[in-house]
Amino acid sequence: MLYIKCPHCGMRPQTEFSYGGDASVKRPELNKDISDQEWDDFVYNRKSLRGKHLELWQHISGCRQWIKVERDTSTHEIFRTFRADEEVA
Amino acid sequence: MSQNFRVENIGLINRDKKLSFKFNGKTYFGYEGDTLASALLANGVHLVGRSFKYHRPRGFFGAGVDEPYAIVQLYRNNETEPNIKATEQELFEGLEAKSVNCWPSVNFDIGAINNFLKIFLPAGFYYKTFMWPKSFWYRIYEPFIRKAAGLGVASTKHDKERYEHKYEYCDLLIAGSGPSGLSSAYAAAKNGAKVILAEDKPRFGGSLLTSDVNIGNQSGKDWADGIIAELKTMPNVVVKNRSQIFGYYDHNMLVMSEKVSDHLPSTKKYHPNKRLWYIRAKEVLISSGSIERPIVFGNNDTPGVMLSSAAKEYLKVYGVLVGRNPLVFTNNDSGYETAIEFKKHGVNPIVLDSRKNSKSEIIDEAKNLGINIKNSYVVVAAQGYKKVKSADIASISEDKKQLGKIENIKCDCICVSGFWTPTIHLASQSGNKTKFKEEIDAFVPGQSKQNERTLGAANGIFSLEETLKTSFAAGSELSKKITENDNEVSVPNVVEKKSSQHDKFWCVPLPEGKNYKRFLDFQNDVSVSDVEIALREGYRSIEHVKRYTTLGMATDQGKTSNLNGLQLVSEIENKVVPAVGHTTFRPPYTPVSIGAIVGREVGKHSKPTRKSPMHTWHEKNNAVFVDAGVWLRPRYYKRGDENLFEASKREAKNVRTNVGVCDVTTLGKIDVKGPDAAEFLNRVYTNAWLKLPVGKARYGVMLREDGIVMDDGTTTRISENHYHMTTTTAQAANVLSHLEYYLQLVWPELNVNVVSTTEQWAGAAIAGPKSRDLLKKLFPNSDVSNEGLPFMGYMEGDLFGVKARIFRISFSGELAYEVNVESDNGNFMWEKIMEIGEEFEIQPYGTEALSTLRIEMGHVAGSELDGRTIPYDNALEGLVSKKKDFIGKRSLQRAAFTSDDRQRIVGVVPIDKKTSIPEGSHLVKDANAPLPNPKLGHISASCWSVEHDNPFSLAILKNGKNMIGEKLFVMSPLKNKVIPVEIVSSHYVDPKGERVRS
Repeated sequence: MLYIKCPHCGMRPQTEFSYGGDASVKRPELNKDISDQEWDDFVYNRKSLRGKHLELWQHISGCRQWIKVERDTSTHEIFRTFRADEEVA
Repeated sequence: MSQNFRVENIGLINRDKKLSFKFNGKTYFGYEGDTLASALLANGVHLVGRSFKYHRPRGFFGAGVDEPYAIVQLYRNNETEPNIKATEQELFEGLEAKSVNCWPSVNFDIGAINNFLKIFLPAGFYYKTFMWPKSFWYRIYEPFIRKAAGLGVASTKHDKERYEHKYEYCDLLIAGSGPSGLSSAYAAAKNGAKVILAEDKPRFGGSLLTSDVNIGNQSGKDWADGIIAELKTMPNVVVKNRSQIFGYYDHNMLVMSEKVSDHLPSTKKYHPNKRLWYIRAKEVLISSGSIERPIVFGNNDTPGVMLSSAAKEYLKVYGVLVGRNPLVFTNNDSGYETAIEFKKHGVNPIVLDSRKNSKSEIIDEAKNLGINIKNSYVVVAAQGYKKVKSADIASISEDKKQLGKIENIKCDCICVSGFWTPTIHLASQSGNKTKFKEEIDAFVPGQSKQNERTLGAANGIFSLEETLKTSFAAGSELSKKITENDNEVSVPNVVEKKSSQHDKFWCVPLPEGKNYKRFLDFQNDVSVSDVEIALREGYRSIEHVKRYTTLGMATDQGKTSNLNGLQLVSEIENKVVPAVGHTTFRPPYTPVSIGAIVGREVGKHSKPTRKSPMHTWHEKNNAVFVDAGVWLRPRYYKRGDENLFEASKREAKNVRTNVGVCDVTTLGKIDVKGPDAAEFLNRVYTNAWLKLPVGKARYGVMLREDGIVMDDGTTTRISENHYHMTTTTAQAANVLSHLEYYLQLVWPELNVNVVSTTEQWAGAAIAGPKSRDLLKKLFPNSDVSNEGLPFMGYMEGDLFGVKARIFRISFSGELAYEVNVESDNGNFMWEKIMEIGEEFEIQPYGTEALSTLRIEMGHVAGSELDGRTIPYDNALEGLVSKKKDFIGKRSLQRAAFTSDDRQRIVGVVPIDKKTSIPEGSHLVKDANAPLPNPKLGHISASCWSVEHDNPFSLAILKNGKNMIGEKLFVMSPLKNKVIPVEIVSSHYVDPKGERVRS
């Protein structure tokens, strides 16, 4: 079971969180004319990375904040966590 | 029966407390402190089971967790538990156990015929033998195998025992209380670290309980007792016996199973049977010791052949002789320790040492005691069927390939020692890359992946002095890092007999003309020839060899077999062992009760049960409840002998003719507040929200980004910046997360807050033509006329002093209202509605009637919004704005979503107007078409229309728009039904929606 540092609450077990997928995906702006390909990339197409991955988790049984977690998908090592509004370099 | 094999003046058992127990129906006696294994051996019982495949007689091989085959079925308090190792089960008064894997009895086992049919049961026999003819598998092979194989029977009864889970955090978790575990725990505890020390056996001390060593001028055992006693007094230390750490998971989470009551005749009141600990440790020290490995020789599975360390443990801990005429077969000095213990207790052992010359203190001691030692000698085969009667022995050449002349000598047990295998399971589970250590012919932990370190014998260190030195140092160092204390602890002096090198020898060659079975894996009946066959058939990877032969599988996990198997593969393949590599160690290290894993989350405890504030009223009024997610909702209110069908029909009909009331507290409710709330709702819902006035409700549909409908419900503008959103009962939590996602991540610039208010409000839906008359009497001070409170209107009202929210919304399709009050007043509201509603012939209605009403109205719910439908499919495309953008809009342009024959909701009526249509049935054009019959759609919901008094269903049908009036067939292979039906509009009642506006 992972041990995740919520930037708002501190170290918490994985059971308090729910997984939210790739954090690098950006929703296209509203009312913008975009191609089918762009939209499909946003809705469906994800890289299944092996290694360092920036992903979203929500602290559903805690502060209910969405957070970003930098995790290695093969070793489960967690490098850093960020608030939703933090830009990740 | 007397305990003939018990010797005086030795052992840690309590001889003042005699216990009786039953094995295979026969009564025996043992002592408090015995295991089932030691008590049976004290009574001279060696035959405990039959082997898995060949049903050969099997006895005891180990004395603890290493035991591969003494597995029994336990009976206690009318309960039964399979898969119990006799070597781990502590004796208690009245214990009852039986052999497994034998039928009709352990002494006469029909399956033993397999032993003579073994030519048909080679490696991979599952894949070869039972393949043809195909029909034989279900009828003949499988039932036969099921009966003959398997290790015990699981109880089919409800388990009355209680199991608990515990979550714990510590600085250092130490697995194993042998010399390294004790030293590191002590050093860490002295530095003030929070320590948990776990020992799987009842007694602490590990190898110190049986070894003849001296630590700090006392015996090893006394030193261990002293350390444990001191640790127990320290507030920062938890010491746990009977506790097996069986799994090492991510981020230093380890799981431990504590046997709380297994050693007692029955579980104490308020005590669990077992307790599962989830431990998050900053550092883990693995001091799990080592397991002696066997030397492979002919018939080495005969009862009476056992590990020499086990024989020593039975003698030193339990005062039990495993034989009176023992043969010790060893390739190292450990066998001598066992021989010396025998000799000290009046038994004359013979030692066969595979080494040509071996010199050490302990060998000298054995010689001085007059023990008969034969160097360069091996056991070729054990003789005897149900018990060792003699051994064929021979001298062996220095290259270990040639056997000398075979002699037969009498003996009643063979104690074998092929050196020691570090127990690296936990380290390997943690992700540690293990490495092969040539000097000990075994793998040891290498590079750590997590915060874990392995100590002592588990790390391949077999010198006690070095073990203590390194373990004290590790405990100090790691605890200092955490607590920043640095309290010096001195390492005590150690006196142990020096030993010499072991012989790199693990398998005795077969003598010419003999074809003895030489077992590698005793639990799974894997012999040398099975592995040879696997390799001959082309299996190369050790993982494939494992699966093909079953070597190292099941509950044993290769504890005694792994390395000998690898040695064999490497020898045949002409590779070194590290090049062959070992198979992956997986948790659990030892079997764990399913009950312990489940814990208290059984039955109604598996999820919370939520009840509305009116629940007690429903109970008192004969409600029959149904699970709706975690909620309990009245399904119908039973009157007299009514069944579900009759009651729901009555309730629904009463709504259509008079007035009904339904508990709708369970609907999800979310407060949406803030200056940008309207803009946010406008982006979340498919329809327009910017112009909704205060005091009005609107029905909305929200999509996922992929265009699929996520949820629907009404949202009401309570005040300028305050909206009250409702969701379906099932989607409430998901919708809240969905809204939070967009507010926190996608549009953080919107000034909006959302919070769940589901629990804050109790809700009652009042529906039917007389509902306004009732409402007038409930709220005499409010204008609830059609003008004062029009359809989709909202107002606040005063319900006899209680503040209420009144919404004019309808799910039933009738003139209807929904009244909300704060939860505490829910029951008051309900009783008032029932009291005043009496004159309007009010009846409460449950979810079944609710469904009937919405289905015949063509209103969609969860069964249509099933995660596969878009707004068009539900005839909701009118609510999809063409002007503004919203979540999921772009997806609605996908070709499949806009095709002309897109699926769409329709109504379905059986031609005979009688036959009920099962939900989930398929719609097809031709009932007699060859299979697979092309499916045109499916029945999503069915009811008995109270308006038309015939069955009616909703369906999602391909090209539904153009199918009205078509005749199709409903097919339900599950219910074996074919029903001719006509497709009609989904709005079966009041298609123009006049009633809700009346």
